[in-house]
Amino acid sequence: MNDKLRVVHYLNQFFGQIGGEDKAGITPIDKPGHVGPGMALAAALGDAAQIVGTVICGDTYFGENMDKATDEVVELISKYQPDLVIAGPAFNAGRYGTACGAVCAAVAERLKVPVVSGMYPENPGVDMFRSKVYIVETGDSAAGMRQAVPKMAALALKLVAGQAVSPAVDGYVSRGIRENYFAETTGAARAVEMLVKKLKGDAFTTEYPMPKFDRVEPNAPIADMSKATIALVTSGGIVPKGNPDHIESSSASKFGRYSLEGVDTLTADSHQTAHGGYDPVYANQNPNRVLPVDVMRDLEREGVIGKLHNTFYATVGNGTSVANAKKYAAAIANELVEAKVQGVVLTST
Amino acid sequence: MVKEIERAGIPVVHMCTVVPISLTVGANRIVPTVAIPHPLGNPALTPAEEKSLRRSLVERALNALSTPVEGQQVFDK
Repeated sequence: MNDKLRVVHYLNQFFGQIGGEDKAGITPIDKPGHVGPGMALAAALGDAAQIVGTVICGDTYFGENMDKATDEVVELISKYQPDLVIAGPAFNAGRYGTACGAVCAAVAERLKVPVVSGMYPENPGVDMFRSKVYIVETGDSAAGMRQAVPKMAALALKLVAGQAVSPAVDGYVSRGIRENYFAETTGAARAVEMLVKKLKGDAFTTEYPMPKFDRVEPNAPIADMSKATIALVTSGGIVPKGNPDHIESSSASKFGRYSLEGVDTLTADSHQTAHGGYDPVYANQNPNRVLPVDVMRDLEREGVIGKLHNTFYATVGNGTSVANAKKYAAAIANELVEAKVQGVVLTST
Repeated sequence: MVKEIERAGIPVVHMCTVVPISLTVGANRIVPTVAIPHPLGNPALTPAEEKSLRRSLVERALNALSTPVEGQQVFDK
């Protein structure tokens, strides 16, 4: 007997060293001790804890049988009488993240022990389980393992010890829990205090943080517009008539690149919008209202700009995830850099 | 999307109607436009007037691309 903290680790078939997608259908199994990334986790937890068992389940099996798989996994976990359960990290693997979240939520509810997982913020498992589970923010791939594991271990140990934790200090995704406390001044006084600080340009801390978006520094301006190649990009869904790439009207799964070779203007016969998030009548009547090809061609002829890039790019910005929009734009940007485009006009509806 | 293009090193101007969204997502050069379903047009105008409106907005966008900015700037005139 020893009095070390008993930890159970949940992994998918890949990290559990069973196999790849061909093994994603396996039903839950357990192995004593640590497996795969469990070794690093054990090291990060230190001498006070011991990974007594690892439970492994195939991602597809879990995804297709969520309720049953949750029951089976929790059953295997409970065998080890854990004091703490850690799942993943799952990075940006959607099915794995969902499984980690479901396992953790069920363990917390049924076994009443602390649970911690780790995921990339865009992992769908985050939005599904963030309110119930401490999910440490990780990178989007296993390359982030070395950063993720110590954070998960540190948070887990604090939770077991009953110490206070917060998203800012411990690096987990906000669970959206508001804690009641007695402030010394009323909300009105605090708000005015904040406003005064803001007006003075002093630092202040909001009591209701908005979602974070990262920032990119502006690039230097174009020195000589009359020699510059300018490209048109739109999230307003302008595509050739018939929408040849079948870009979806919402939650677009792709972007399109379309030639403007010999195109002097867009018409109701040549182009349309594929966007399902705004009234398409005006854009369909005259697609230049969203993608100003007619005016750009005039400016090109007059020598105001050097050249209109002969390819335009379009997607539908309607319910499209930030991650996807980012991915499409990064791919578009890559092609624009290759084509030596010097400036971009991006239109949105 | 603007951010990824900016990140790649190409100056980009965002022409959109809902400027607060553009500010929130982090566009640096922003030109406010007419309306969500027709940012660069106005069906109430004659075709000639509409095209000239569109031209003035695009010229403003090109001006934005030619202007050095620090942080975010809305080019509303």
